[in-house]
This record gives sequence, structure tokens and C-alpha cells, in this order.
Amino acid sequence: MVTLTNIVYLIASVLFILGLKNLSSPKTARRGNLLSMSGMFLAVVITLFDKQILDFTYIIAGVIIGAAIGAVAAKRVEMTAMPQMVALFNGFGGGASTLVALSEFTQLTGDPVLNVSITLVLSVLIGTVTFTGSLIAFAKLQGVMRSAPIVYKLQHVVNALLLIAVIVLGVIFALNPTVISPLLVILAIAALLGVLAVIPIGGADMPVVISLLNSYSGLAAAATGFVLSNNVLIISGSLVGASGIILTNIMCKAMNRSLANVLFAAVGQEVAGAGGERRDVTRYQAEDASVMLENAQSVIIVPGYGLAVAQAQHILSEMANILTERGKKVRYAIHPVAGRMPGHMNVLLAEANVSYEQLFDMDEINDDFQNTDVALVIGANDVINPAARYKKDSSLYGMPILNVDKSSTVMIIKRSLSPGFAGEDNELFYDSKTMMCFGDAKKMVTEIVKFLKE
Amino acid sequence: MGILILFYIFVLAIFVGFEVITKVPPLLHTPLMSGSNAISGITLVGALISAGTGHSALSTILGMMAVVFATINVVGGFMVTDRMLEMFKKDSSKETSK
Repeated sequence: MVTLTNIVYLIASVLFILGLKNLSSPKTARRGNLLSMSGMFLAVVITLFDKQILDFTYIIAGVIIGAAIGAVAAKRVEMTAMPQMVALFNGFGGGASTLVALSEFTQLTGDPVLNVSITLVLSVLIGTVTFTGSLIAFAKLQGVMRSAPIVYKLQHVVNALLLIAVIVLGVIFALNPTVISPLLVILAIAALLGVLAVIPIGGADMPVVISLLNSYSGLAAAATGFVLSNNVLIISGSLVGASGIILTNIMCKAMNRSLANVLFAAVGQEVAGAGGERRDVTRYQAEDASVMLENAQSVIIVPGYGLAVAQAQHILSEMANILTERGKKVRYAIHPVAGRMPGHMNVLLAEANVSYEQLFDMDEINDDFQNTDVALVIGANDVINPAARYKKDSSLYGMPILNVDKSSTVMIIKRSLSPGFAGEDNELFYDSKTMMCFGDAKKMVTEIVKFLKE
Repeated sequence: MGILILFYIFVLAIFVGFEVITKVPPLLHTPLMSGSNAISGITLVGALISAGTGHSALSTILGMMAVVFATINVVGGFMVTDRMLEMFKKDSSKETSK
């Protein structure tokens, strides 16, 4: 039986790997998700045959409650709220790891061997940090909590001391694993650490945090796998851990910041009187914009998070369809940090029925701006700011940007001249080839569509 | 099983993860996150045993809570991923359903 269980676990692991592999193309992605699902199903079913299980009451109750909550959440969630949903799911994964480790501890007969007690500590630590950290990330993204960084004196010192305390307690527990109190103190400190680690991080840096928490939830599962000597947990946990680290790295690169800077620098605090001197800018109306688009042969749309905030993606997709029907080449350029989590903007546009063949990554499309008539920027700012290329004292310096300034005309729909998240003024607003259209993105695009139809 | 063997598996699986996941295009990074998140709910396997051994009331309660948490993660994660992937279509003009 044990052999059969392990063989099924191996099959499940292979299905997870194949599932992730199929995510390499949108054509096979859905099938990939089904493969992962069947892997999970197999692993769960074979586990239920385990002879250690004597009573199914609590298992059935737990599965029913969990499945109902998960299913309702998955069905109801808006695509714009996907980042906080994923954060919350991550948190539950981490919490489950902690609970399994604790439950396992209470079942230990005799002294656990050293490596079991060490992995118990790791499992509780990583699982709990993931749990509370994800809850804070959820609260910030959902707007339950202010998304601006919360900073106080000696923040890093406090966090460092807490971490040292965990290590000391971990050693104490590992040396004498029959006493549970050090483990419970570790649990409490880990819960606090999760909170303290995420509160100083600003709303726009959340993509990095979610990716990192994603990685932690995988590592927590792997740590639990070590506690239980269970291979399928270790393999799946490390796959997810690797995935989260890759995404974290991509996000950091796209913002040209180190992970340490994102986690500790508390970027995004409200700066008093930001902006400096204001220059004159020509204001254009929706009618001017529609005439310009009418005369263009090629258009690249650059959507930013402001588009999603204004819920303008559906009307934008309608506008793009009108332009395409009139024989114009319309494409979307997606910066890696557009949206609130990796790939978020693509999901939002896919929901608005934009074909994925029209969506292009920054690297794929950046050389095409120079042959493009109109670059239409909606709700984006920092990712198109040319200051990133040359202004060495700017916080944006070195960040890869979309080369919208290389196109013949830059059309920017924006609420006001206010600078973006980085607080850097954007010279492109004042350029002679730029058309600034001030207003709410949804209203402005709706008006443009109206004029286009006339 | 020896801890060293487990560690071998851990390290090798991380490498497999890196190889497979670097090939996922940015287009699908959100489904990748929610999907891999669901996979990390594999802790469910451990939770089921914790909840079912009936060792003590405490271990059963902890185990059942773990089952609830992990099942939310698994079911919610896979369903929401499927919902997203369904929206990625090639030709939008032929699709009328939203």
C-alpha cells in the first residue's frame, strides 16, 4: 500500500510538472490546469486510503467547508480584485502548513529526531509569516487598510531582533523538542513578523510582495513535506517556490529595483507638495483625439492600472475593434508592471474580449513604436517616462520603459498632470507631439468612440 | 526516508521548476500564480491524515482546520485559474459570450 501510495504521488508530481509546462502557451494552458487538477485529485484520493486514517467525519466536514468557500470566492471575484484573491489563497496555503506541522507535533510519540524538529520550526515559521503577511497584503489591496507604507522608528532593528529571537527559540526547541512553548512563541513572533514585513510596503510594490508570498507558500508546503517525509509535498512545494522566485525577480527587474529596496525602502510615502514648477500644456478634447486616430494607420495602446481603476477596458476594446475594422493596425503594449500583479493587465484585457494575439510584451513591441503613428497611453505614467533613460538622480533611472516617445504622436489620457508613483514629473506631457486629453479614462474613451461612430 | 534523499528531491525539483516556469510567457503570469498557488495546496494531503488519525482532540481540530484552509486554496485556486484561462481567446470577434 505504501508503495502504491508513493507511485500515485509520483504520478501526481509528474502531472503538476506537465501542467505547469502546458502554461507556456495560451493554447494549451487550460489543459495544463486540468492536468494539475487531476494530479491533485489523484493525490487526495490515494491519501484517503491511508490506514492511519480512522475517522472520516472531520475530513469530510473540512473538505465540504473549504470547497464551498473556495468555490464561491473563485466564482464571485472580479478580475480587478484578482491580486488580493491570490494573496488570500496564498495565505490559506501557508496557514495550512503551520496547522499540519502543529498537529503533527501533538501526535509525536517520543522525542522527534533533530531534523524533524528543525523542519517543524521552519514549517511553522514560513507558514505563519505567509499567512499573516498575505492577510495584510489582502487588506492593502482590498482597500481595507491604507495602501501607503506604514513606517516607524527603528523598524528594521525591531524586525531583525524578532528574527534573531526566532532563531534562538528554534535552537532551543530543536535541542529539547518535547516542550512546546518555544514553538508557540515562534508561532506568535512569526505572525507578528508577517505583519511587520508587509506594512512598510506601498501599494504599487504589491506585485513583488504577492510573488514573494507565493514563493513562501510553496516553501512552507515543502517544509511540511520534510516534516512528514512526503515527497509529493516537497516536489510541489519546490515547484511553486521556484515559480514565485522567478516572478519576484521579473517584477524587480521591470522596476529596476533590488528586492531589498522593495522590501525595506518603503517607497511610495506621500510626499508633501510634489511636482515643482508647472508648465503650460495644451489640452485636447475627445473630438481631437478621434480625428487623430481616424487618420492613423497604426496604433499601439499602452494600458496602465488607471485603466482598470476607471473600468475602461471594455469600452477601450470596443474602440480598438472599430479601429481594426477600419483597417488600422491596433496592438497593445503591456509593461511587466502594468496592473497589480504579474500579468494582471493581460487578464483584464482578456476579460474585455481582447484577443491575446493583440497583446505584446514590452520586449516584443518596443522597437515598433518608431514606425507607429499613434501611441495611446491610458492610465500609465512611470512606465513611459523618458527620465528613466537619462535622469540619473531620478528614482526611475534605469527602469526599462515603453518607447512611446518614438512614435509620431503620443496621446495620453490622464486625470491630471500629477506625477506617477515614483513622484517624477514626466516631460513627455509637455512635448509638442503629445496630445494630453484630461479626464476619466472611461468617459474619455466613450466620447472618442462616439465621435468615431459619427 | 533519509533526510538527505528528501533534500536531493527538494533541490532537483527546484531546478525542474526553474526550467519549466521560465518558459511561461508574461501573458500568462497571473494564471501561473493562481495555478501554482493551487498546487501548493498539496499540503491538503498532510492535512487529511492529521484530521483523520483521531490521535487526540487537539490534533484532530488542528488537522480539520488545516483541511479547510488547504481545500480553500486548492479548490479556489484551480477554479479561478480555469475561469481566467477560459477568457484567453484567439479571435474575439467570433465570441459573443462574456
